[in-house]
Amino acid sequence: MLNKKQFWFAIIAILPTFAIFGWVRIFPIIETLRLSLHQWNLLSKNKPFIGLENFRELFGDDQFFEAIVNTAAIAFGAMAITIPLSMVLAGVIYHRTRSRFAGFYETAVFIPHVVSLVPAAMAWKWVFDAKLGPLNRLIMAFGGDAQPWLFNPVLAVICIILLVSWQTLGYGVLIYLVGFRNLPKSVYEAAKLDGANGIQSFFFMSVPLLKPITLYVSVVTLISGFNVYAQAFILASDTQGSPGRLVRVLVLDMLENSFQNFRVGYAAAEAVILLLIVLLLTAVQFGLLRQGRRK
Amino acid sequence: MKTGSKAKERRQNFLIDIIMMTVCVLLLLPLVMLVANGFKTPQEILVWPPTLVPNDPTMENFYRVFSETPLFKWIFNSLSFALLSMVAIVITSTLAGYVIAKFQFWTINVIFILFLATAIIPFEVYMIPLYFQVKALGALNSICGLLIGYLVMSFGIFLIRQNVIASVPDELLEAARIDGAGEFWIFWHIVVPLLKGPIAALSVLAFFQAWTTFAWPIIVLTRKTAFTIEVGLANFQSAYTIDLALLSAASAAVMVPSVLVFVLLRRSFVEGIAASGMKE
Repeated sequence: MLNKKQFWFAIIAILPTFAIFGWVRIFPIIETLRLSLHQWNLLSKNKPFIGLENFRELFGDDQFFEAIVNTAAIAFGAMAITIPLSMVLAGVIYHRTRSRFAGFYETAVFIPHVVSLVPAAMAWKWVFDAKLGPLNRLIMAFGGDAQPWLFNPVLAVICIILLVSWQTLGYGVLIYLVGFRNLPKSVYEAAKLDGANGIQSFFFMSVPLLKPITLYVSVVTLISGFNVYAQAFILASDTQGSPGRLVRVLVLDMLENSFQNFRVGYAAAEAVILLLIVLLLTAVQFGLLRQGRRK
Repeated sequence: MKTGSKAKERRQNFLIDIIMMTVCVLLLLPLVMLVANGFKTPQEILVWPPTLVPNDPTMENFYRVFSETPLFKWIFNSLSFALLSMVAIVITSTLAGYVIAKFQFWTINVIFILFLATAIIPFEVYMIPLYFQVKALGALNSICGLLIGYLVMSFGIFLIRQNVIASVPDELLEAARIDGAGEFWIFWHIVVPLLKGPIAALSVLAFFQAWTTFAWPIIVLTRKTAFTIEVGLANFQSAYTIDLALLSAASAAVMVPSVLVFVLLRRSFVEGIAASGMKE
């Protein structure tokens, strides 16, 4: 039981954090939900309540549809590359833990994850550059045709997927490494005695044992993929140099509707859709985890 | 027999090391080339195959970047924002995490559930209403306005709570209370020293989160002198899309110091991120 002094300490200590939370998290979240049901064009004073009209309009909006398709392609594409690659890399780094290069491997894989978005995107912009980029030069050296990587909407999405995967890889490797270190060693020793080689024990033991981690990393990658913005902003400038219009992503569409078309209520409705996607992904993760435990 | 399998294993490991080295070099190559390109003349950047070490290194690009943009001002803005955000997040998370872990009564539990529930909602979902709150305060284009979005971190509270549960024994707190220590004294002289590791990890995480953030500053900051480095670079790149050497120099000038800091603080950083995976 808490005495009076402890009770007041607890209240005073948590109050500032709680107040800030209410002010900069809970209030704007509720405000997003509220605005999504209103029409507000930023310039006019009144915001009439229009029910689900914003959402109804969203479902017929081609630009929004394009944004959703691109964003989903980036999120799932980056996940499909990141998960297997980071699992294998983490497995190999774990296998070579005692090597004197282990620290270098970990650092090298992790650096792309900590480099801030804009310099990283700039580095890749050179790689994909139609004229100077090494990617096109390599393709041509092997007899292929140079591609306008950043000027074709489909190719640009692929470029963004590559950039996002390159950035997420370090995070995935790190989490998988923690997973590998927590696996029971005895199982592997037993398998080794039974004559299993490294590759066999990776596929038949590590992969199933690491399932909860795979689930976690997948959901985190997907959620951050759905919030992609800076990468599209930098990589996919259109020919006039106005950034981000070639590959429309969800956050970009939302900001454009709010600050260029002055349709804040409509943008809030998009934010609610983003929220629903995130909640759905989290629910799926928890559902699968619980199912896995019951077995 | 035994020596044979040992030698085979050694050969295998050698092969693995070679492959891993190649993978690591390939992963870092874009960044290395970014730095190299920053030192190249407009002629040399067109050369194929690209040179790793410029034949005719020039500082021209860097001079131009620093004379054509307020790069130092941008770096200063980013640094102040990231440091202030770090301090705010560490203070709020440590206090709240400690209280939630050790002072359990129903209000605190409700508050904790509230913190957890907002943790999964991405910032992008509610940043537009938050922008209008900042605007109403007249804090657009200021570090203060930026900071409003980054004062608290749900994960930080969670991280501290877990560590308090794991490494601050109740007996220790009780003993201090019997000796007549006040609650704030206990927090500052007993709890905080026991949490040095997690606080360091949280500091590094919070700093890098603010340092690399993009969507929030790009809507809050519209005046050139108020830009953070990320926003400044992004705007700079849309103005000079064709001059890759110049853009590389600008990016390299910002990237190299932050990567060095990361390598120095690697342990804390990795600890913090690894902890985020241990949520279940």
